[in-house]
Amino acid sequence: MEDKPILHVSQVGINFGGLKAVDGFNLKLYPGELIGLIGPNGAGKTTVFNLLTGVYTPTEGEIMLNGERINGLAPFKVTRKGISRTFQNVRLFNEQSVLDNVKVAYHSLARHSIISSIFRLRNHFIGEQEMEAKAIDLLKIFQLDKVKDEKAKNLPYGGQRRLEIARALAAGPELLLLDEPAAGMNPQETNDLMELISFIREQFNLTILLIEHDMKLVMGICERISVLDHGLLIAEGTPDEVRNHPKVIEAYLGEEVISNHA
Amino acid sequence: MLKKVNTFWLAIILAFVFYGVIQLLISTAIINPFYSNTLIFICINIILAVSLHLVIGITGQFSIGHAGFLALGAYISAIMTMELGMPFSLALVAGGIVAALAGLVVGIPSLRLRGDYLAIATLGFAEIIRIIFLNIDYVGGAAGMQVTHATTWTTSFLCLLLTIVVIVNFTNSRHGRACISIRENEIAADAMGINTTYYKVTAFVIGSFFAGIAGGLYAHNFYIIQPVNFGFLKSFDILIFVVLGGLGSLSGAVISAILLTVVSTFLQELPETRMIIYSLVLVMVMLYRPQGLMGTREITDYFGKWKWKRIKGGNQYGG
Amino acid sequence: MEWLQQLFNGISLGSIYALIALGYTMVYGIIKLINFVHGEVFMIGSFTGFYAIAFWGLGFFPSLVLSMTVCAVFGVVIERVAYKRLRNSTRIAALITAIGVSLFIQYVVIYIRGAQPEAYPNVLPNRTLDIFGIQISSQSLLILLVSVVLMIILQFIVHRTKIGKAMRAVSFDPDAAKLMGINVNNTISATFAIGSALAGAAGVIFGVYYTKIDPLMGIIPGLKAFIAAVLGGIGIIPGAVVGGFVLGIVETVVSAFGFSLWRDAAAFIILILILIFRPSGIFGKNSKEKV
Repeated sequence: MEDKPILHVSQVGINFGGLKAVDGFNLKLYPGELIGLIGPNGAGKTTVFNLLTGVYTPTEGEIMLNGERINGLAPFKVTRKGISRTFQNVRLFNEQSVLDNVKVAYHSLARHSIISSIFRLRNHFIGEQEMEAKAIDLLKIFQLDKVKDEKAKNLPYGGQRRLEIARALAAGPELLLLDEPAAGMNPQETNDLMELISFIREQFNLTILLIEHDMKLVMGICERISVLDHGLLIAEGTPDEVRNHPKVIEAYLGEEVISNHA
Repeated sequence: MLKKVNTFWLAIILAFVFYGVIQLLISTAIINPFYSNTLIFICINIILAVSLHLVIGITGQFSIGHAGFLALGAYISAIMTMELGMPFSLALVAGGIVAALAGLVVGIPSLRLRGDYLAIATLGFAEIIRIIFLNIDYVGGAAGMQVTHATTWTTSFLCLLLTIVVIVNFTNSRHGRACISIRENEIAADAMGINTTYYKVTAFVIGSFFAGIAGGLYAHNFYIIQPVNFGFLKSFDILIFVVLGGLGSLSGAVISAILLTVVSTFLQELPETRMIIYSLVLVMVMLYRPQGLMGTREITDYFGKWKWKRIKGGNQYGG
Repeated sequence: MEWLQQLFNGISLGSIYALIALGYTMVYGIIKLINFVHGEVFMIGSFTGFYAIAFWGLGFFPSLVLSMTVCAVFGVVIERVAYKRLRNSTRIAALITAIGVSLFIQYVVIYIRGAQPEAYPNVLPNRTLDIFGIQISSQSLLILLVSVVLMIILQFIVHRTKIGKAMRAVSFDPDAAKLMGINVNNTISATFAIGSALAGAAGVIFGVYYTKIDPLMGIIPGLKAFIAAVLGGIGIIPGAVVGGFVLGIVETVVSAFGFSLWRDAAAFIILILILIFRPSGIFGKNSKEKV
């Protein structure tokens, strides 16, 4: 923990027409950590992701990535700085092939220009070949290489979820944000997903921040957990500390009992 | 990779063989001027269809003001040849460049808009361009401008080939994939590091460039150009090529441009009937087959699928 | 007093735009569709009024009512035949269909009766009144009065009647409205009927005021009314009225300064400026797609 934090969020908040969706949010992520972000419905979890990735500009506070201020940057610039994400409601490029979905995310790593592509110069072929090779390697890890030519919309649901993670990885992140990756999966699929997340974290040297409703998944793999309720951070700590935190129990009462879930 | 290069050159060679055969038939007068003129008209319409396909079909930006760029190309090239005495080839390029610049000027502000709002804004820009020409005496105002006949089968074929090669190559590269990803899901494209504004504007500029080229060919094929030729109905004509062919399918746009040009040549004497048929077809397509004739598929996909199925014996999912 | 005269002309023109814009805005508010056919409904209304006056010898008010009725039915038919199937398709498909239907109507009318214009008969007594030093024809005063009365009636329907309440509910959230027992289909049809009736009225008024009508007359006023609706904030009823009047005045002023050929361009420039700088219009609220 003596490393510098990769992501340092301090006192970040956002207003939507007078309504404070997130208020005074703090978070420190250190390299290699896997942190969970939980909270009841409407607590502002996805809003936090949207703030971190530049979809929304915070009305107050500061987001620092590797010591560099990134609030207000356009989403594609944030991605190029090293934060990549998946979406709660899967957002794939449906009509494009599985392979092309991943290639799109490799876009900013390639260098060949529009001119070289239009006139099919040498750089175009080198660049495209490199992208293709990288994309296929990545798809193999996610066991999607056999369906690389299928349209993304034709994949089964679990496959679409995995493709979205593969695509996020292709964008070359240091920090990966996963928005409810196990939503809609059965227990078997969820288990496989947990293994996959652990594996890619090692393989790609990732820091991961995860929103999840499936408490089993969060408690099982996260080292630390932050709990959000009504836009406010109400607890922070190890899974055990969070589980027994009075405010957390209070926030979840009436919605679900944490330990019995899943 | 070697295979891809070969198919590319094979296609080019085939195209030139086709060109040569037609040229031979024209010069031996087997194809009479009426039909050769129809061929030129088909080339111009394909260029328009394919250039709009890049904007609407590939990038998903709903522009219904393509006639504005056609008008710019037509007027600029006509000024170049008629007033400044420049050669036709230079005039074509100049028309394309001015149209592309206009595309840049129009694109940067309006591509912040989405869906129907963008559509209306492009329509507005096209109307403004038309009204500007209507009010400039230098280009004849409402009476229009006389232009010499300079467009031949050779020039229109070369321009068509250039358009298709550029747009196909653009589409099948990381740049084209970026554009398609914007069409499919702009928010996700942005989150994957695609500079969406840059690519929307680029697609718009390339599309406008070729619309400008088509304008040059158009002007030098009809002896006279008038602002009334470039109204909303002209934009609509181009739009219907793309929509009927299938949003996202280049071959679809080409096929429907050929089909509809032939149909409207036969209905030349009955403009009302033509418009009734056109609009009815458009409405029927939207109600019963909104993906158009081809959907997002290309002709080549049919060959590909056939081969793939034969080798693999049906498709399998990897779990 | 010259500018006062121009202001009055602008308001007269604006009232026509406003009447058409109301239909645009109501339909957009309820099914989020730019109903391009609206300009053609206006044209049909104008022709209905023309035939009623010229061939059946009806007076101004009976013709107005007849034309509004015909247009209301016409609007509902278009909605039922073409748009109803499109409720779940993409916005682009809906927009293309609207353009297609609009052209279809224009050219069917041309096919049936030809493209030649028609001179609107003079049905209203026309005396020139001198009010505060400006010349106002009794005709344009009456027209303005009719427009304003129609707008007041609309305001009453939307805010005081059951169907108005249903319209507001459906435009706010169609699914929730359905769960509350509102017949969404009928409500949408009613919206089309009311909007189209207003366009029909605008058609007759336009004919009487400008005296020349033709089958393509709907395109430009239709587009301008749409611009007026966007200007006021599309989906917002008072916005359409204000937008219509503003546009009418601006156009009259542009003409008055001797740029009458640029009049149409002025409207489109306003449209583009408003789309770029304030796409939600004068009265609109900004909304962003949910991620």
